[in-house]
Amino acid sequence: MAWSAPTTPIVGTPRFPDAPLPPRAGAGLKADHIDAILADDYRIGFLEVHAENYMGDGGAAHRALSAIRAEFPLSVHGVGLSIGSEGGIDPAHLERLAKVVERYEPGMVSEHLAWSSHDAGYFNDLLPVPYNAETLDRVVAHIGQIQDRLKRQILLENPTTYVAFEQSTMSETDFIREIAQKSGCGLLLDINNVFVSATNHGWKPIQYLRNFPLEMVQEIHLAGHAEDVDDEGEKLLIDAHDRPVAEAVWKLYEIVICQAGAMPTLVEWDNDVPEWPVLRREAMLADAVLKRLGPSALLGSRHATG
Amino acid sequence: MQPDDQAPAALQTAFGAALLDPDLPVPDGVIGPHGKGAKRRFAVYRNNVTVSLINALADIFPAVQRLVGEEFFRDMARIYLTQEPPRSALIFEYGGGFAAFLERFEPVAKLAYLPDVARLERAWLDAFHAADAEPLSPATLGTIPPERLGDVSFTPHPATRVVSSRFAAVSIFSANREKRPLDDIRPLDSQDGLITRPHYDVQIRTLPPGAAGFFNHLIGGATLGAAAAQTLEQNPDFDLPSAISAMLDAGVFAACSTDATSPE
Repeated sequence: MAWSAPTTPIVGTPRFPDAPLPPRAGAGLKADHIDAILADDYRIGFLEVHAENYMGDGGAAHRALSAIRAEFPLSVHGVGLSIGSEGGIDPAHLERLAKVVERYEPGMVSEHLAWSSHDAGYFNDLLPVPYNAETLDRVVAHIGQIQDRLKRQILLENPTTYVAFEQSTMSETDFIREIAQKSGCGLLLDINNVFVSATNHGWKPIQYLRNFPLEMVQEIHLAGHAEDVDDEGEKLLIDAHDRPVAEAVWKLYEIVICQAGAMPTLVEWDNDVPEWPVLRREAMLADAVLKRLGPSALLGSRHATG
Repeated sequence: MQPDDQAPAALQTAFGAALLDPDLPVPDGVIGPHGKGAKRRFAVYRNNVTVSLINALADIFPAVQRLVGEEFFRDMARIYLTQEPPRSALIFEYGGGFAAFLERFEPVAKLAYLPDVARLERAWLDAFHAADAEPLSPATLGTIPPERLGDVSFTPHPATRVVSSRFAAVSIFSANREKRPLDDIRPLDSQDGLITRPHYDVQIRTLPPGAAGFFNHLIGGATLGAAAAQTLEQNPDFDLPSAISAMLDAGVFAACSTDATSPE
């Protein structure tokens, strides 16, 4: 079943202006930046929050996000739904996500191709799944359940991975394309994840992007990564979100925008978070790429919600 | 290699168990690319899980961390999280059992006040995320005729928490949160702490003798008359007017009613 753009609630008056994500740079929202963002002459294109941080009942966090949402388009990005979980989607957590979505009427809702919860508990990390028919069926069913409850399309993000599975029978790009086709979800392309996973698994990032269904992508993520080594002493990249976007990732971003056109692009910085002007600088770099390369793109300039 | 008849559902069970127990081998089926090893690769997940949960506990319990030192805290948190990993994806709710863990954890037995400081920190964060509600105003209470005051019952504000301690846990908590020295604190003085959030800022105060019991009676649904009588019986010096004044000032309650079934 295919979902179109976010639907307007049938009952009740929306609390906020309708605000789809524009094809511009956005930033991951950090509590320490809120006053600076609201006061800044540079108007960031949109802000993205982790849904789980706003699943409390009330308090200062909600007050701050309401102030942001009144002035900026918002993207709600879940990190805890555990879409790849063998144990199914936790209905209580899906209800909590639905409440956040109803409360803030975001322009976009996205989640990860990963699992994080099991009987043993919640691991607070995005854990990998094998790419095979069994996982495919499970993930498609879970996305259907989520989209039915939220009454809107969600975007699925490509993961960062450090290991592979003997049980995998498909490439990551084939796997993701088939999920999107069968579930009707859109895709969130994290280009840092592409670069990190490609390095870790010995793929060519360009080849990955060539195989990725760019026409289904509605949002891009950029972030910084750290370097470690694997058992053989060779480079192993870590999705650290603790520094500026790497030069190689900017290059891949330019290629994607040339190919797919301008689209909402989030800069993530979740650890060792700097002052707002440092993150703003990254966002302005993305804005410059979008402005320079978006209009002449091969697939043509596209609207954020496809 | 997994046997072919192995239940596929076992994959995440084995993966999850190995995340929390570094003595377990890399789970079956988890490999590196092109025949490479997976030990260091799998260790990235172990590290992500462990470090992110230790960081979460450090964020939730900063006073406990300051009291025991960062390195000790992180080692202790690592032990706690393997015993009690989070039950939900709401990390700001994590650590409900941390105070009880500290009571059992022999290396901190000397710091007898530590569990109560942890209780205050957990209550502080609960109050921070509690639902918004206007605190009961003195004017609203003032509309009740004096002869009916004994029949009044109250609806607790969603943020209100009372934490009673046999130690000076409130002073120790506050000094650590404000990064002040502990020199003037006598740890063996018992203290009752009241945590409220009348609007957006969480407040914590120590309560005079009897007030904690009085508030607990009211929070449990007792009428003002019954709560006052019970408290005065146990504590003849209890200062009722100043407790009521503190209650309004702190925003302990959100509503009051003389109809016991439905406070408004």
